[in-house]
Amino acid sequence: MGYLGGFAITARQSRWFGGKRVTTEYSGGREAKRGDASHDTKIPKPERLHGRHVLNRYEDGMEKCIGCELCAGVCPAKCIYVRGLDNPPEHPVSPGERYGFVYEINYLRCIHCDLCVEACPTEAITESKLFEFSFTNRQDAIYTKAELLVGDDGKPQHLPWEDWRAGEDLHTSGWMRATAPGGSEAFVGLEGWSGELGYGVRAAEKPGTGSEG
Amino acid sequence: MIANLVAAADPALNGGDSLLGGGVGVHVVLVVLVKVLFAFVFLLIATMLMVWFERKVISGMQNRVGPNKAGPWGLLQTLADGTKLFFKEDLIPERADRFVFKLAPFLSLVPAFLVFSVVPVGGDFKSVHSGQISIFGKWTLMQLADPPIGILLVLALSSIAVYGVMLAGWASGSKYPLLGSVRASAQMVSYEAALGMSVAAVLLISGSLSTHEIVRKQDWIGSWNLVATVFVPFVIFVIAATAELNRPPFDLVEAEQELVGGFNTEYSSIRFALFFLAEFMNTITMSAIIVTLFLGGPQPPFRFLADIPGPRWLYGIVWFFLKLWLFLYMYVWFRATLPRFRYDQLMDLGWKLLIPASFGWLLLLIVVRVAQNAGWSSVGRVGAAIVSVVVMGLFYLLLLAAFRVSARNRAREGSMY
Repeated sequence: MGYLGGFAITARQSRWFGGKRVTTEYSGGREAKRGDASHDTKIPKPERLHGRHVLNRYEDGMEKCIGCELCAGVCPAKCIYVRGLDNPPEHPVSPGERYGFVYEINYLRCIHCDLCVEACPTEAITESKLFEFSFTNRQDAIYTKAELLVGDDGKPQHLPWEDWRAGEDLHTSGWMRATAPGGSEAFVGLEGWSGELGYGVRAAEKPGTGSEG
Repeated sequence: MIANLVAAADPALNGGDSLLGGGVGVHVVLVVLVKVLFAFVFLLIATMLMVWFERKVISGMQNRVGPNKAGPWGLLQTLADGTKLFFKEDLIPERADRFVFKLAPFLSLVPAFLVFSVVPVGGDFKSVHSGQISIFGKWTLMQLADPPIGILLVLALSSIAVYGVMLAGWASGSKYPLLGSVRASAQMVSYEAALGMSVAAVLLISGSLSTHEIVRKQDWIGSWNLVATVFVPFVIFVIAATAELNRPPFDLVEAEQELVGGFNTEYSSIRFALFFLAEFMNTITMSAIIVTLFLGGPQPPFRFLADIPGPRWLYGIVWFFLKLWLFLYMYVWFRATLPRFRYDQLMDLGWKLLIPASFGWLLLLIVVRVAQNAGWSSVGRVGAAIVSVVVMGLFYLLLLAAFRVSARNRAREGSMY
């Protein structure tokens, strides 16, 4: 190579000399803006992407959250605010004794570390792969239960400012748990990745077998 | 040789610009005004395009896309950035020397403009008018001015530009800008010498300081100073010019990792924009100077290319821009490829390699020229060259021995740092 080899390397990267671009344009870029629908697609997101949170329900529509505040305790950015309340006996919100009365996440603080997902004992909070936040004031940055709670079908709500494409609701539940998936013999002595916790259950992953490479 | 240079500097012998030969009438003033306006607007637009070009090319070399939102292919990105900078708050630090702080950007910008005034950008040098074109019935050169001291003006102004950087760092009243400007002054002083001596090699061949005259003598690729001075001064000039411009790999002045933003850390708003503008403008003018000195400016590489039918003065412009573009691309390529020099490496390269090399090469060219003037045969000239190479080699060995001894002494006394 010598001293001048580096020049060849940089020149080769240029598209004029057969190089490739790594950067992909966001949502189709200019062409999509001109109205060419064929360009208006987003690149596939990584399986383990940390997006905005969802609050899951059981199949019967009961909320999973029991208002234990473990997520708020573990949050390094102190962005979660939870208040629990005893379930009203005639209309219980969650199967247990208590439920999450107030649940707020401040997305100006959230760092999407997923520690809340790991801390949750009932797998009530998971992270979806939706990442398009848009607020114009601090109040709007605080998502409440009204936005976070999933619908009756277990899929996250399509908030008006979120730009969804076909199939995005299928891969919206959290994937991250860097703990040994409990109970499974295949994972004894290993630290693996659990399957999806919310909507659309996927098989757990052993270390080194997944899509991290 | 000195007599030659003095004679060449005499405008009467030089030809010069015939616009100013007669009396100064309204037409003449008008022509000069048009030329000033043209040069000014050209430089501003060229700088704008240069910023875009650099960002686009370097993003290509880094597998990125680069600016592509503002205007077609992102062409108006610079305009958008400039507009944004213009409307930002203009901050002056409390501890700044207010007058000097405000003066510094202009000291850096004005020389960048002025240097371009002596660059011939076009014209047909083979016609009887020798590269002149006719505007409003007056014949004039396609350069703003052709002073008999042409190339000295370039050297002088590029030295003045150092003051802009130095005073900016000093007047900021802050540590990092001061360190940046101290580096700048040391670096520019070191490389000015090598720059000057490779220019001297060109002057020796062309026998004139006037840029127009230097270009006129280089009428095809064989008589380009690139070949006539046998490449070495060209290479040294390019390296020293890169250092003068503070462009990578010699951008220690604004080494972000060490000095925050370097000399312009405390600048914001339009004053920062002026520094930014001056930096890129200097890149363009310095490339233009390289083209003028070594690559025959607007002259085509082969004589037959000048005989293509059509507007010949326009072909001059085309050739000039092709060559200019080559060097602009080279600077971007440097930036994409080469890592920044360490400070001691910079000083070593300047003082221990470039200055001895440019000085030695200048002496060698002088030996050949003197032998030629004395009417020696070609064998005698080659012999003289070989003898002088041997003698200079011996002196360089002495120099190396001196470096070795001083390094050993320093090691024996114990390092100071």
